[in-house]
Amino acid sequence: MSEQPFRLFAGGRVDRERPLDFVWAGRRLQGYAGDTLASALLANGIHLVGRSFKYHRPRGILSAGAEEPNALVQLERGARTQPNLRATQVELYAGLHAEPQNCWPSLELDVGAINGLVSRLLPAGFYYKTFMWPRDGWMVYERFIRRAAGLGRAPSEGPDPDVYDKMHVHCDVLVVGAGPAGLAAALAAGASGARVILADEQSEPGGSLLATRETLDGEPAARWVERALADLGAMDEVRVLPRTTVFGYHDHNYLTLAERVTDHLPPGSAPDRPRQRLWKVRAREVVLATGAHERPMVFAQNDRPGIMLAGAARTYVNRYGVRPADRALVVAADDGAYAAAVDLADVGVEVTVVDVRAQAPACAEQARARSIEVLAGHGVVRTFGGSRVRAAEVAPLDGTGAGWAGGARTLRCDLVAMCGGWNPTVHLFSQSGGRLAWNAERACFVPAEARQRVRVAGAANGTFSLAAALTEGRAGGDAAARAAGFSGGADVALPAAEEGAEPAPTRALWSLPTRPPGGAPAKHFVDFQNDVTANDVALAAREGYRSVEHLKRYTTTGMGTDQGKTSNVNALGILAGLLGREVPEVGTTTFRPPYTPVTFGVLAGRDVGALADPVRTTPMHRWHVAQGARFEDVGQWKRPWYYPRPGESMHDAVSRECLAARNAVALLDASTLGKIEVRGPDAGELLDRIYTNGFKKLPVGRCRYGLMCREDGMVLDDGVSARLADDRFLVHTTTGNAARVLAWLEEWRQTEWPELRVWCDSVTEQWATASLSGPFARRLLGELTRDIDLDPEAFPFMAWRAGTVAGIPARVMRVSFTGEQSYEVSVGAGFGLALWTAIALAGERYGLTPFGTETMHVLRAEKGFIIAGQDTDGTVTPHDLGLGAMVARHKDFIGKRSLARADTLRADRKQLVGLRTDDPREVLPEGGQIVARAGGRPPVPMLGHVTSSYWSANLGHSIALALVKGGHARLGESLVVQLPQRSVPVTVVAPTFLDPDGERMRG
Amino acid sequence: MLLIECPWCGPRDEQEFGYGGEAHIVRPADPHALDDAAWGEYLFMRTNRKGAHRERWVHSEGCRRWFNVVRDTVSHEILAVYRVGEAPPAAGRRGE
Ligand SMILES: [Zn+2]
Repeated sequence: MSEQPFRLFAGGRVDRERPLDFVWAGRRLQGYAGDTLASALLANGIHLVGRSFKYHRPRGILSAGAEEPNALVQLERGARTQPNLRATQVELYAGLHAEPQNCWPSLELDVGAINGLVSRLLPAGFYYKTFMWPRDGWMVYERFIRRAAGLGRAPSEGPDPDVYDKMHVHCDVLVVGAGPAGLAAALAAGASGARVILADEQSEPGGSLLATRETLDGEPAARWVERALADLGAMDEVRVLPRTTVFGYHDHNYLTLAERVTDHLPPGSAPDRPRQRLWKVRAREVVLATGAHERPMVFAQNDRPGIMLAGAARTYVNRYGVRPADRALVVAADDGAYAAAVDLADVGVEVTVVDVRAQAPACAEQARARSIEVLAGHGVVRTFGGSRVRAAEVAPLDGTGAGWAGGARTLRCDLVAMCGGWNPTVHLFSQSGGRLAWNAERACFVPAEARQRVRVAGAANGTFSLAAALTEGRAGGDAAARAAGFSGGADVALPAAEEGAEPAPTRALWSLPTRPPGGAPAKHFVDFQNDVTANDVALAAREGYRSVEHLKRYTTTGMGTDQGKTSNVNALGILAGLLGREVPEVGTTTFRPPYTPVTFGVLAGRDVGALADPVRTTPMHRWHVAQGARFEDVGQWKRPWYYPRPGESMHDAVSRECLAARNAVALLDASTLGKIEVRGPDAGELLDRIYTNGFKKLPVGRCRYGLMCREDGMVLDDGVSARLADDRFLVHTTTGNAARVLAWLEEWRQTEWPELRVWCDSVTEQWATASLSGPFARRLLGELTRDIDLDPEAFPFMAWRAGTVAGIPARVMRVSFTGEQSYEVSVGAGFGLALWTAIALAGERYGLTPFGTETMHVLRAEKGFIIAGQDTDGTVTPHDLGLGAMVARHKDFIGKRSLARADTLRADRKQLVGLRTDDPREVLPEGGQIVARAGGRPPVPMLGHVTSSYWSANLGHSIALALVKGGHARLGESLVVQLPQRSVPVTVVAPTFLDPDGERMRG
Repeated sequence: MLLIECPWCGPRDEQEFGYGGEAHIVRPADPHALDDAAWGEYLFMRTNRKGAHRERWVHSEGCRRWFNVVRDTVSHEILAVYRVGEAPPAAGRRGE
């Protein structure tokens, strides 16, 4: 066990009484409660945490927060492993196990030679150029790149052992960020009585106040944070959510939050709580107090381990009690660097400051008071070191900042802390649709014009002084509460902050000179995660990429899991400089959710496994299961697919079921068929306007097969409707189309014909239906009913009768989808199983065979009956199906006019035909493409495709339905179905393979 | 996700609703009196307005009723909600 050589003896918010053991890259190390993985590594003197994406350069911890581009780790193992986590945000717990995820070929090995090679292989635009030419280039490079990229592994074991939850909440004011501005906003809004949610992504609220030595009311700022939290805790309507990242700002003030409920605990140690929770918040008003991200500076070899953001160095000292180095070089383009210099010096680090501005600012006095050397007008020429920076060359800059004005001097250092300025964290504001403006003084984008009900306060608004941030936060919280109808928060007491020196402007020096005095140019990194250099940006500019969105895609800058939080503005500044334009003229990139990566687990919540989608079963489901049925998913329904007997293959079972339906009697569960009751004096009129054929004159007691089209004339659905009474129809739909057809009827009824007195209701689940098919169907049914006259004269085909079947009130319809003598018996859903078992029992002596959807499909295909959605695809008219006779001449209906359009009258439209294979045993694959003849040079004209294809045991040969160009005129023609390896000769036939006159079903 | 005020049920999340495209497209009284071009105009052509757009929504997972919405297609702000058969409120005429 090592002893944390870089841990300070005192100070910070870690608990030295609670040491925690953890494993990093196979090494056992120790940190303290309150550490992040990053701070614990630094306390152990470990800066090198991975290798870079393209060049495999050693990389260290750059930041202390969400913006981290380098320190990406693979956390834990097995089913709980998680990639792409930022070590700067992973809270340490006992037994934590983490690996660097990008360390090919190894973390420690120096691969300088490989770097050079890779560097030439992967210039800007590499991916695009490789995709384009040579044609097979990508195939060659892909394997190499995938292995080399090393962006983490998804868990290969499963299922995820953890539980995730979701919350849906409304609030008056959502405050994002619990730094000084956010706390002040929440206090003001909370005091007004508004329902407030304060969400903060860190382990504890306080934000920047946890990382500084500033005082409030003369006390350490953390004291005030504690008091503020106590005040908020006493407010009933305020909810504080720590460890909660607001990652999406959507329309109408809808925000999505990911709360890491137990991620900070050892895996599996809190089984009574979810791992993470997704909050979906609809907020009346939002206050964004999301702070700011510090910008790196772009100089030669600015990527070595030990080079980090100045604010991060300060955070490690003050919040985590880590002394990150012995000798530090602090590089400043902004006053923020001096606070870091002072804090480092005060824990014994030897510090030199290099300021790229010609004059040192007023705050440099604090540094000089600590004997820190301040070199104004200087920059970093380059750095030295392998797995850790060990020296840097500095030299005076010329007036423009584009070249050097003197010789370089080498400074030994094991830390370079840089502050190129601060970017307000405008991600959520931008996601909300807000417009940004350029602040030249601080060289950053700030929120300008909101489009939703949102306010921005503190550093996120470009208000960087503590006193001003507090005031702005309170004003924002109060204004938000007022806008939501509350008042009284304006007078909340704020603590007094120290008055600092007036800040000097930030110098927007986007890149230091690319060439050392008298030397060769070296890499200046802009995007650390994607290894994009200032030269790559220059190359893109030379190749004509002038839009920032194109620049991003071409160089991949900002396209990593960090979404360019530390790189976008620098890239923009460099591009603007090359184009001779101002930054705001070049534009800014669009920020999209999520702000930081979100787990699939938290998005899915409990909707996984059996709960992923509702399962609908019919009242007879238990019987099917007991009979060993295999099931098919039809929408959400579980339908029996076939009922294999022991030893039977699917083919055997389906053939047996098919033969039984044509030669004896067979039974199908048809309960899932969509059923809609259409009622009212104008019910017949509505159906007349919807269906291609007429329904108004259908007599009570009769049924009719109907076809409905969309207004463009294409078939939407089909099914049988029964007239139950003068003012009442029962409409049947395809199983998968039930909801769609009901919505279709409602749309026309409500929006186009509100004058019609008619109402539509789904009754699909109110009825259970057993469908008997086969020559013995009538005799079997006759044994189960005494009050329905089954004589064909009294109860003809396409009629329905009410009565009792097996003692149960029933409605019996003589309709047939199989082409056999067929009766569909419907009873109240609660009687479904009783009806079914009674039929099964009575049917034994007739050889009654249950059959599933597969047999149903075969039987209907033998008859050439279509299935809407299988033999049609939204491009097929009734005429294309050969059902022109169903198109009424003397009435209008939805889609009728379209059937007379030039396009729908074309003779070469794809039309429904049957196909016979020359080899009767060959069953064509559905979707098979049909061409005129085998062979030929591509492109070969496609004539159509196979829509349905089966083995027909009844006919002793295969059958297929197909949509073929000009098919109706091709009967008898020989065509070819082209398969990947061979072609199958077929003959076009009429789509009715069996009993074309329908004698069996009418008899 | 939009927050849509159903005229019958009040404000509800967008996921409860279905979208029905541009509103106030009246089906021709006698489609067969139109030539192909005029029928195609009714069938296929939509204004695709930038700004205040009058459109139909249906509260599919609520009251199942259709109604009209005026939505700014740039900001997604809902400017007005009104029932089928009602004239668009003044907000809906903005930008015409
Ligand atoms: Zn409603």
